Formats: sequence, structure tokens, C-alpha cells
Amino acid sequence: MLSDFAVETLDLCRSFKLKKAKKENNDGLVTALDNVSLTIRKGELFGLLGPNGAGKTTLIKILSTLLLPTSGKALVDGIDVVRHPEKVRKRINMVTGGETSGYGILTVRETLWMFSQFYGIPTRIVRERIDHMLKLLDMEKFARTKIGKLSSGMRQKMNIIRGFICDPEILFLDEPTLGLDVQISRDVRKYIKRWVKENTKKTVLLTTHYMAEADELCDRLAIIDQGKVLICDSPSNLKKSLKRDAVFHIEVGLLTDGLDRFKAVSGVKSFAYEHRHHLGRTLLKFILEDDSVISNVTGTLSQNGSKIITLSKVEPTLEDVFVSLVGKGLEQ
Amino acid sequence: MKYSSIKDNLRTIKLSSWLGWAMESNWADPFLFAIYSVIRPIASSLILVFMYMVVTGGKTKTELFAYIYIGNAFFMYVYNVLFGISWVIHEDREHYQTIKYIYIAPIRMYYYLFGRGTAKMIITTFAVIIAIAFGMVILKIPVDLGKVNYPLLLVSMLVGLFIITCLGVLLAGVMILTAHHSWYLTEGIAGIFFLACGAIYPIDILPIWLQYLSKILPLTYWLELLRRAVLGKSLSVTLSYYSNFQLMLIMLVTTAFLAMFSHYIYRTFDHIARRYGRIDQLTNY
Ligand SMILES: Nc1ncnc2c1ncn2[C@@H]1O[C@H](COP(=O)(O)OP(=O)(O)OP(=O)(O)O)[C@@H](O)[C@H]1O
Ligand SMILES: [Mg+2]
Repeated sequence: MLSDFAVETLDLCRSFKLKKAKKENNDGLVTALDNVSLTIRKGELFGLLGPNGAGKTTLIKILSTLLLPTSGKALVDGIDVVRHPEKVRKRINMVTGGETSGYGILTVRETLWMFSQFYGIPTRIVRERIDHMLKLLDMEKFARTKIGKLSSGMRQKMNIIRGFICDPEILFLDEPTLGLDVQISRDVRKYIKRWVKENTKKTVLLTTHYMAEADELCDRLAIIDQGKVLICDSPSNLKKSLKRDAVFHIEVGLLTDGLDRFKAVSGVKSFAYEHRHHLGRTLLKFILEDDSVISNVTGTLSQNGSKIITLSKVEPTLEDVFVSLVGKGLEQ
Repeated sequence: MKYSSIKDNLRTIKLSSWLGWAMESNWADPFLFAIYSVIRPIASSLILVFMYMVVTGGKTKTELFAYIYIGNAFFMYVYNVLFGISWVIHEDREHYQTIKYIYIAPIRMYYYLFGRGTAKMIITTFAVIIAIAFGMVILKIPVDLGKVNYPLLLVSMLVGLFIITCLGVLLAGVMILTAHHSWYLTEGIAGIFFLACGAIYPIDILPIWLQYLSKILPLTYWLELLRRAVLGKSLSVTLSYYSNFQLMLIMLVTTAFLAMFSHYIYRTFDHIARRYGRIDQLTNY
């Protein structure tokens, strides 16, 4: 064991040059990571939560030796990913959700066996491990199926098993449940949680779009936006930080125009919305300086002629934390 | 880069050969596969025969014809394996989307690529044998099986496969960086070798400056030695001053330089690819 930390980054930056066509006013650079400094302890299930383009995948790619940083340092198990990628590779594995990777002509079992062999794990141990994991994720009956014939959900599940099969010290999961149905997502989350619990020194770094997933799984999480880490703490501490504020949810009839004006109402700290087209309603989410401000909000609503369907004061959720920091909802 | 042991590298080769073979032999119909393996080398040889006959007015029983025919047959290795190895990068990246998982595994990419190429080498070996047999029986190419220098043939083949692997690794380095499968590049490089290494003409007829290139490319000596082993003689005047042993030495020395060069290029290009984020970049084309 080389370090107490599974992952440490120090002022990590990464920028990309844009293709000529996309260059606009700026110097043609996109900053994907902007001075990211994070430490993840061994045994943690750590989450990265952020909107599209926040830099989550970029960070995972750097840590898994696929990409070099522009500046700054990144250590995995105390080892520099730039200088000693080959040492890092022995300790890690990675899975990206939402893609169809794999050799269609191999069966599930063959694929898992092959990838485990790249890590030199004895076949006897691998065989047991494959059986065990296929069973846990309810995939036994697909063991002999060629992966070209699997549904995309099953294929992704197999890919997730591939991540665990070499029993890495640190596993990077980039949106592992992206596009999976509810039941499969639940199985996968259960498995991830169980793995970290059973192996107290093993670490998972997971990125996600789903608030509930981050809330349910992660010991600690970082909220990241436009390449910057905005905050990093346990989900419960993050929610506590909003306790002093008043979080209100108001449902109105479908409202698509002029939503931005709610941000300007005095006393509104942040605001987000969610359209519920199937109900013909829009959910407005406010974080207010205190309860009394709600009258300003309802005033603005009635000026606009919107009828309030429901109004409730709610316990702050992770999403509210996100909204208060990023200034918009995840789906917005 | 240093991955622990020979054992690990052998395991990588074993695995990727297994994978390469599974993919090569994935023909719905083994009969079609066999036909394809036979027809293709013969067809490609026939094109050459036809061109030669047009140019010379139908003489196929000359020494030059035998020279060309044998050179062309063995050159299939260069073409197939070079193409195969560079194609591995492309298909693992675009079609199978596995390249990043293979890249981040604790294996050396060279050995992985070499392994994926072995299936191609075996299939090509059949093709070469078929093409030569066809030449002997139908076109009366003067190969006397009793007089073939088998030890020389075997040693040259082993060194040759190593040379071709080094070239494959070099090209793979370019592929990993460019993120496109550059057909023109593979074709172009194979074409240059075809001309410069004396596959169809003795290198004596090339312009002097091109002969310098011929002389630093180990494939030149490889083809020369193969012809000497199979036909008992070759036609190149320039190379005729060297004994088999001397040619073998020169081939080994130039091969050693090639190996170092391709290792260097691969490492450098790999690093640049990591800097630009090209390893797993999809072009969807
Ligand atoms: N290879 C690349 N070339 C140019 N720009 C890139 C490249 N990779 C990422 N970017 C840019 O860097 C930023 C961060 O991208 P990244 O993929 O890390 O975000 P993300 O948080 O994973 O987003 P998502 O939730 O959509 O997966 C984006 O603006 C993206 O356009
Ligand atoms: Mg991403």
C-alpha cells in the first residue's frame, strides 16, 4: 500500500483545443478541468455530480491513464498517473456506461475471462468469480450467450462485471447506470455498494447525473460545474448546509416562458424548474432567504396570472444543494 | 514502460492470438472460409501473371518471372500483417469500443498487437504455400522441393515475421495518434516497400537514391534470402556480392535498428495521443 489516499489531485487542469470551426470569441480553448484538488480516501465510495460538460469524464480519463492533464498533479494510490501509468494500471479498472463495447463474437463468459487474464488472475479464481458475479447480477443464463446477441442493458451489466472482475484497488465508474432500466440500475447500485462494504480498502469513484443515485450510494461527493469543484462533503452534510434556508416547491400549470424573472425576485437565493408535461404542470423550486420571502414569489406568480396548484415547504434534497450552487437544475 | 515478466507478455500474446483467431475464423460457413483462403492468394498471383504476360508477350518460363512470382507470394505477409495490425487499432476503437479497456490494462500493447496479428500470419502462411504450389504446378516455376534450403528458409521466415511485426507496431503508433484508419497510409507504406525492397524487380534497376532506402530496409534482405532459399538463386547484382551468411548478418543488424526505431516511434506517438485525448476518440466513420 503506497498511500492512504486512493486518489489525490492537486490543481489539476485540462483544456482542449477546439476545432477551427468552433472557435468563437475566446482563444479556442475549452477548460474541462479548472484547478481541481480532491482527495479520496481508501475505502470510500466517492461521487462526482455535475451537469453535462462539467468535466467528470475528463477527470476519470486522466485518473485511468487515458489522457494527460494540461497541468497539475494526479496521484492514484500515491502514484503519479503521468510518470508511471503502468504502475497505476495494475491497480485500477474503469467502466463507462451508455456504450456498447465488446467483441460481439465472444460469449459473456469468454469476454470476462479474457479481460481478467490481462490482469494475470488465475483461471480457477476467475471461474468462481464470474459465476458469483453473474449470479449476483442475475445474468447466469446469459453466460454462454454471444454478447452481440445481448440487449444493451445486459451488455452494460456485463461491462460492469468486467470492471470488477480483476478486483481492482480503485474502480472508476463513469455513469454506470446511464440508460439502464429501473430494476437493473437498482441491482447495479446494490452490487457496487456491497462490493465497497465487503472490501474495506477498495475504492470506487463514480460519476452520475442522478441525484438519487449519488445520495443513496456515496459516502462523500463533489459537485462539479464547468471544470470547478464547487463543494465536497457527505450527502447529509451537504443537505444540512441548506437547513437554514427555506426550500419551497410550487406547482403551477405548464409554464415555459419568462421563467428567468423568478431569479430576480428579491429574497430568492436560487431557482430551478422542471416541466412535467404528462401532467401539464411545471414544478418551480425555490431556495429563499427565509420563509417570509414566499409572499414575493406568490405575488410575482399572480401578477403573471399563473394559478398555484400546490405549494409546499420541503426538506432540502441533494438536488436543492445542487441548484443552490450551480444556479440551475441538473436537467435544465 | 516495464511490465514484470516474460511470462506476462507471453500470456498477453496467447490471449490476443486467441482473440484474433476467434475473429478470423468467425465465418458462418467454414467452407466459404476455406474457398476464400485459397482463391484469394491465387487470384492476386494471377493478376501479376497476367500483367507480366502482357508486358513480355507471354513468357512465363523465364528466371525473372520466377523471381517476381516468389517475391510477390512472400510479400503477402507484409501486406496482410501490416494491414491487419493497423486495422486492429481501428476496429478496437470504432467498432468494438474496447480500446480504452485494453489500453488501461497492465499489458504491453506491442504484445497484444503481435498476438492479434498471429492469426493473420497463419492464414497468410497457407496462402503463400497455396500460391507457390499453384505457381509450381500450373506455371512451372522452377522450385525443386528437394533442393530448397530449409534451414535458411526457416530462419529467414522467423526474422521476417519479427520485421513485419516491428513495422506493424510502427504503423499502429501512427494509427493510435491519427484516430482515423488511414487506408492511404497503409497502402502507401506497403507500396513503397513493394517497390523499394525488390519484391518484383531486382533493386539494381531503381534510381540510386532509392537504392539507399532499399539497403536500410531489412525486408530487402529478407526477400533476397527467401528467393535464394526457395529458388536456389536470385537476380540482384548488387546483392549477389554477399554470401547468405553476410546477408543474414546485415538483415539482423538492420532489423535491430528497425526494432529500436519502431519502439521509439510507438512510445512517442502513444504519449502524444494521450496528450491529445486520441486513444479512445471516436470518429464514427
Ligand atoms: N476530446 C475533446 N476535445 C475537445 N473538447 C473536449 C474533449 N473531451 C471533452 N471536451 C470538452 O470538455 C468539457 C468537459 O467534458 P466531459 O466529457 O469531461 O464532461 P462530463 O462532465 O463527463 O459531461 P457528461 O455529463 O455530458 O458526460 C466539455 O466542454 C467537452 O466539450
Ligand atoms: Mg461524461
